[in-house]
Amino acid sequence: MRNTYVQFLVSFVALAAAPFVLSLFHLNLLSEILILAIFALSLNVLVGFTGLVSLGHAAFFGVGAYTAAVVAQNVSADMFVTLGLAVAGSFLLAAVIGMFCIKVSGFYFLMLTLAFSQMIYSFIHQSTNLTGGSNGLSGIPRPEMGSFIFGNPVLIFYLVLAVFFVSYAVLRMIVKSPYGQVLVGIRENETRVKSMGYNTGFYKYSAFILAGIFGGVSGALYTYFNGFIAPSDVYWTMSGTALIMVLVGGAGTMLGPVLGAALIVVLETIVSSYVDQWMLVLGLVFITFVVFFPKGIVGIGQSLYKNAVKKKPVYEKKKSRAA
Amino acid sequence: MSMDNILTISSVGKSFGGLHILKDISLEVKKGERIGIIGPNGAGKTTFFNLLTGDLAPSTGEIYHYEENITKQPNYKRARNGIVRTFQKNNLLNELTVLDNLLLVLQRKRGLGRVWYKPRGARKYPGLYEEADELMNKWGLYHQRDIVVKNLSYGEQRQIEILLGVATEPSILLLDEPTAGMSQSETDYIVDLLHKLPRDLTLMIIEHDLDIVFGLSDRMVVLYDGGVLVEGRPEQVRMDKRVNEIYIGSGDEATC
Ligand SMILES: Nc1ncnc2c1ncn2[C@@H]1O[C@H](COP(=O)(O)OP(=O)(O)OP(=O)(O)O)[C@@H](O)[C@H]1O
Ligand SMILES: [Mg+2]
Repeated sequence: MRNTYVQFLVSFVALAAAPFVLSLFHLNLLSEILILAIFALSLNVLVGFTGLVSLGHAAFFGVGAYTAAVVAQNVSADMFVTLGLAVAGSFLLAAVIGMFCIKVSGFYFLMLTLAFSQMIYSFIHQSTNLTGGSNGLSGIPRPEMGSFIFGNPVLIFYLVLAVFFVSYAVLRMIVKSPYGQVLVGIRENETRVKSMGYNTGFYKYSAFILAGIFGGVSGALYTYFNGFIAPSDVYWTMSGTALIMVLVGGAGTMLGPVLGAALIVVLETIVSSYVDQWMLVLGLVFITFVVFFPKGIVGIGQSLYKNAVKKKPVYEKKKSRAA
Repeated sequence: MSMDNILTISSVGKSFGGLHILKDISLEVKKGERIGIIGPNGAGKTTFFNLLTGDLAPSTGEIYHYEENITKQPNYKRARNGIVRTFQKNNLLNELTVLDNLLLVLQRKRGLGRVWYKPRGARKYPGLYEEADELMNKWGLYHQRDIVVKNLSYGEQRQIEILLGVATEPSILLLDEPTAGMSQSETDYIVDLLHKLPRDLTLMIIEHDLDIVFGLSDRMVVLYDGGVLVEGRPEQVRMDKRVNEIYIGSGDEATC
């Protein structure tokens, strides 16, 4: 659809203009939103499209972030090296964990992903020599590209923006492809999809890896952006926050996780400046959405749009059968 | 096991826990043959289908597809090799449209299931969408093309259930009570379509409506108490005393 390209272009131009209109504080907020949006989008491949609710996605974020950090400090700060190895690391992790997790479903999948990610968390927490333990890693060199250094927040923002658009476009292409439609089929009715001749195990496994890779990408970006990484970013609450972003924004849609990330990040910034009960507020927001708007922000948008247009119902029951 | 048998079922049994639901069933299915399966509720008819499609593993015995032993083959492989079923209870992708349900079947058949780099769309996959439209037209379901399945009546969904099976172009189609839950006119319509299926398609039909199953079958198998009670041509089975006793009830003939 031509429309999609136009929308893409307009939003890209609008976002690219952000450094000219936003204060540094707000620009950084926007960078953080885009990074967490990639994270939420990657989780959405599992939760929203394949119907596998994971509570361990922070593992991939963490492995991406720590790999980028450790490599930048010890090997090279070249972006292709740090990002490449972050992707390789999260790919490997997903390939290993995925073998076990996709064997189970529902509640057991959730618990297994949680258990694995907490193992990664405690590994990072314990390996003081490699990861700085509970202190985390700080003073991580800024990413480079040849002799070019992403040395200030504006340049980092553009880097994040570029990676965000590439990630969004790639994930959008995948979920709309025949492959992505099989994932949707698995979400809806795995038994039937198997009966159609699909090896659903392959699809779930590859979706798990795909989600892991983009989770790792978002982690690496987070390291670039912060110059600092701590084990709390690998803790299960990070997985929980991403899950809330997906559900609040609208699971199974492309825009949902982006809007969810934006809402949660903005809300956290506002709330935290007044009270320190952020988790309480987050819980309330989540409950409100689950109870009143189960289809998330995107769902609200759609019903507002429908009411505005007020079309006649498309479906009329016709019993006549001209064969 | 003979070369012309599309399926050879050899001493197959199935127990759940200590319960022997099926015991020692043997059956040879010739290519193009149409076999009707009847038997009282709980006789194990659906379980038998589950064994053939690989949705359940048999406790004993072996199943061959031509010469290949498929006893341990997973269900999706059997489906790809042409052993396809429809379900007794509608088992569709309820939140998707009729078209999207059908496309999922057709894209697999065309080997497109793993294509991840090209969004689906009528312009990008022309043959795919045309085939879907053609099928819906042929089955008189085109007006339901863009309706979400859950918004259809049970009988209408039933037709989609069967359409998905046929769309796979199987070599053997297992229909589990295809007309259950349909209105009379819907039943007539579907039975008419079943009669028009290509003659070289092997069919196995579980059906409680005897008129339908006698009309469609070359051979009948009566399951009772976990075993094959009677096997034979429809006329023979209709006359059989034991069948009349256990299936039809108090000795009445199974007249049409
Ligand atoms: N997964 C299972 N676990 C335990 N028991 C089962 C299972 N599946 C079927 N059964 C039992 O096996 C018996 C046969 O069931 P099946 O569904 O095959 O019968 P059926 O001949 O298809 O009956 P109907 O005409 O009602 O569809 C029933 O008593 C059922 O309760
Ligand atoms: Mg049954």
